[in-house]
Amino acid sequence: METTNLIWLLPLPPLLAFFIIVLFTNKSNKLSHIVGVSAAALSWAGAMVVFFRALGVDHFGEHPFTDSIPWLPLGDGWLEIGVRIDPLSAAVLFFVGITIFMIFLYSVGYHNFGQPKGDHDKQGLPPHGATVEDEHGHKHTVPSVEPMYARFFAFIGLFAAGMYTLVISDNLLTLFVGWEIMGLCSYLLIGFWFAKKSARNAGIKAFMTTRIGDVFMLLGLAFLYTATGSLSYEVIFSEATLHALAATPAFWGLSAAGAIGLLLFIGAVGKSAQWPLHVWLPDAMEGPTPVSAMIHAATMVSAGVYMTIRIFPLFSAGWDGHALTPTMSIIAFIGAFTALFAATIAIAQNDVKGVLAYSTISQLGFMMAAIGIGAYVAAAFHLITHAFFKALLFLGSGSVIHGMEHGVLHTGDHSVDPQDMRNMGGLAKKMPITFWTFLIGGFALSGFPIVTAGFWSKDEIFADAWAHGHTAVFVTLALAAFLTAFYTMRQITMTFLGDAKTPEAEHASENTWTMTTPLVVLAFFALAYGWVGIPESFPIIGGLLPNWFHDFVGHTLEHPMAAPEFSWIPLLTSLTVALGGLALGWVTYRNFKAGAVDPMRKLLGPVYHFIENKYYFDEAYDVLFVKPAIWISEVFTNKMDQGVIDSILHGFGTVSFAIGKFIREKFDTPVINRFIGDGSAEVVQIFGRKLRKVQTGRIQEYMLSALGVLFIIFIALYYLVLA
Amino acid sequence: MQITQILFLIFAAIILGSAFKVVTTKKMIHAAFWLIVTLFGVAALYAMLNAGFMAMVQIVVYVGAIAILFIFAIMLTRKELLDSAAPLNKNWTVAALFALLSFSGLFTLLNNWRGFANTAPELSADMDTITELGTALVTPNAYLLPFEVASVLLLAALIGAVYVANEAKSE
Amino acid sequence: MIPISWYLILAAALFSIGLFGVLARKNAVAILLGVELMLNAVNINLVTFWRYNAPETVTGQVFAIIVFAVAAAEVAVGLALIISIYRNRNTIVADDLDMMKW
Repeated sequence: METTNLIWLLPLPPLLAFFIIVLFTNKSNKLSHIVGVSAAALSWAGAMVVFFRALGVDHFGEHPFTDSIPWLPLGDGWLEIGVRIDPLSAAVLFFVGITIFMIFLYSVGYHNFGQPKGDHDKQGLPPHGATVEDEHGHKHTVPSVEPMYARFFAFIGLFAAGMYTLVISDNLLTLFVGWEIMGLCSYLLIGFWFAKKSARNAGIKAFMTTRIGDVFMLLGLAFLYTATGSLSYEVIFSEATLHALAATPAFWGLSAAGAIGLLLFIGAVGKSAQWPLHVWLPDAMEGPTPVSAMIHAATMVSAGVYMTIRIFPLFSAGWDGHALTPTMSIIAFIGAFTALFAATIAIAQNDVKGVLAYSTISQLGFMMAAIGIGAYVAAAFHLITHAFFKALLFLGSGSVIHGMEHGVLHTGDHSVDPQDMRNMGGLAKKMPITFWTFLIGGFALSGFPIVTAGFWSKDEIFADAWAHGHTAVFVTLALAAFLTAFYTMRQITMTFLGDAKTPEAEHASENTWTMTTPLVVLAFFALAYGWVGIPESFPIIGGLLPNWFHDFVGHTLEHPMAAPEFSWIPLLTSLTVALGGLALGWVTYRNFKAGAVDPMRKLLGPVYHFIENKYYFDEAYDVLFVKPAIWISEVFTNKMDQGVIDSILHGFGTVSFAIGKFIREKFDTPVINRFIGDGSAEVVQIFGRKLRKVQTGRIQEYMLSALGVLFIIFIALYYLVLA
Repeated sequence: MQITQILFLIFAAIILGSAFKVVTTKKMIHAAFWLIVTLFGVAALYAMLNAGFMAMVQIVVYVGAIAILFIFAIMLTRKELLDSAAPLNKNWTVAALFALLSFSGLFTLLNNWRGFANTAPELSADMDTITELGTALVTPNAYLLPFEVASVLLLAALIGAVYVANEAKSE
Repeated sequence: MIPISWYLILAAALFSIGLFGVLARKNAVAILLGVELMLNAVNINLVTFWRYNAPETVTGQVFAIIVFAVAAAEVAVGLALIISIYRNRNTIVADDLDMMKW
């Protein structure tokens, strides 16, 4: 098939799957997941074909796959939409295809396909387990199938379609369309268990918070379209346009390019959960774990970073390679700040997914900071490695939770939270595949040297930051990386090592192949993907493998940046923080006992309390925005609407009624009804009574009268006209 | 006085006289017979006008079909063979007045026409009216369409007549 | 030779006699007879005008033939109606058929 046609078709299978499941197969769990998973597999295969064809093209950055069709007729032309696969989107397509497919597969096991229906399961609540009786008459409680199984596959199908649309589009408008589809699916999937109030609220929170960013992004798009008349990458990232935009002043001393970049970046802040719009992401863990993996690690939050990398030429217009543009400084600041800030919160989280949620925010901050200092290749590299290992970690944590739920069902003690790390411990022996893959993911996240992908991508960011002299960013990120390694090891130690802290943890068990296969596949990429981006100047092993990633993705731009000079300082820093953090984490938590006070609490005292409550951001936003909004609404309903508006309307009603009554009694009844209405009817009746005698019913009399009239007319005409 | 003029006057007298009998005679069956006489007279006029085909059609269609139809209808709608009541209704004087009026009106109009005293042009010897007429009736850019429409009209009349006359039985 | 006026006057007279029949006869069949007389008068006119004005074309005759067809159709339907009325009301006196009066 023609490559461009294939690209057009990429979002189609999941979209079709959505409609097929919603319309036809929603009664059958089996058909639904067959449709959903095979759609994901099709898109994955298509993405791989596109990716490897892209690899086969020389100088792919200058000859990307593009195609476009006219879409909306405008006054003097067409609004064109199209597809474009250049090195960046090809690389993104690679991980999007794999992670989406793996997560679809994982969902089959996670939602307990093949298990009996639950005893008390209701739609909108997580499954509670079913009681089965074996051949000996013993009753067992086993996991029960998700009550809304088919719906889940429909939603993630739509979500996948949105992500593919976003990646393949050649303009910011269709990118925005995919972006918003994902926003909707995010809402639907976070609130998937909608009977839980917390899930409902989390869905609304995610939707509203990202909406704030989206409004700014839309403003940015409008600004961009007004300024350039196009949203297509090819046009807006052309040298001439960028020069023009960089030369146009906008507001607050920003150039038009910088202002547009800033507005679009705010959209990415919302989508990628950067401070100060990060609050939705931790709450989004209310959704099923595959959703957390898919939306909040692998794809949707990546979309924000992807878009920021895309618009890199825009906000870096006028950048000479040394002093950052204002917008870049803002991005670098927000990214670095978020990286550190989220990492500190992650230290004090006890929910196994909560740690990962903050870790995601922190890692996205790394990427944003990298983009801000101009290291967009490093950002893209970290984006991809992070997508692999974070999807792996989320799926692994889902596997842990699932295993713990086994234990909970076994003991029957439902007061034990299967997500709380303090209830775990010793799971390494119970769930070996999960443990080893989780370990790989965790080490990749920490940046364990040489073998893991995370090390290479993080190292590249450090190298770039150091080489270009952004010391503040460098130090902040190094601190954040240290904390990352620390909380990762804390999590691994608490969850998998040591002794089981509860009977539930003792009875946890490994999961089915549909859940473990994705873990193994993703673990492979979490290790191996780093090897495609080893800097050539790296000591000893540098140059053994070509630095393919930098060559490939770097050529997305017309003038790719050179890889930074090698320096020992960032490398040593990287090694120190990773290994030091891991070691410290292990040392601190290896003797952690059930019910014991967290060692960090002793160390940090009141600060720990502050961190544990996420710096009270939720509470602050509640006081600052939610409460006032509710108060204003109440004021408007009670005072404005009911008091002022309603009484005005009632006044109108009363006055109109009085006028109507007056007219009716004084004018309508006597004049119209009596005189005109009844009077004309009476006259007609009198005439009718007289004239009806003419109608004799005899044909010949009719003919006589007709002829008589005719003769009169003829004679009259004859004498009037002719004479 | 030429011989054709004398012949014309004789036929005209026959036509008018029998037509008068058609509208005034008491017995319906006689009226129908007088109609046949009128129709023969008209056919003779067609012959005098060199329209031989028309004359034949007049005899075949009018006399042979329509008049016979009338006779059947009269016999089907009579309670007794002798009609005793008056043939004309109470408005017959007005009707007579209107008839006279229409005749005088037509006569006045015709009298004012310049070509009222025209005589017929000579016909060329090799003229074949019947062939031409036949060709004209089946030629698409001549009169094929009116011809076909007329046949459709006849079919519709046939079906309508059968339906109307059958109504009583079908109930 | 016969001038055209003779034919036309004859046709006018025949038409008027037919009109009288239509207006004055009691019997419904006789009314139809009157209609036939009027149609014949029309046909005489058509053929006459053809002969005196345009004998080289056949238009006048074609018109007359169409009138034949119309007359046949009219008689068929008219007589069917009269027979139907006779069956239902046992009379064909036009003045008695006044069901449509006020």
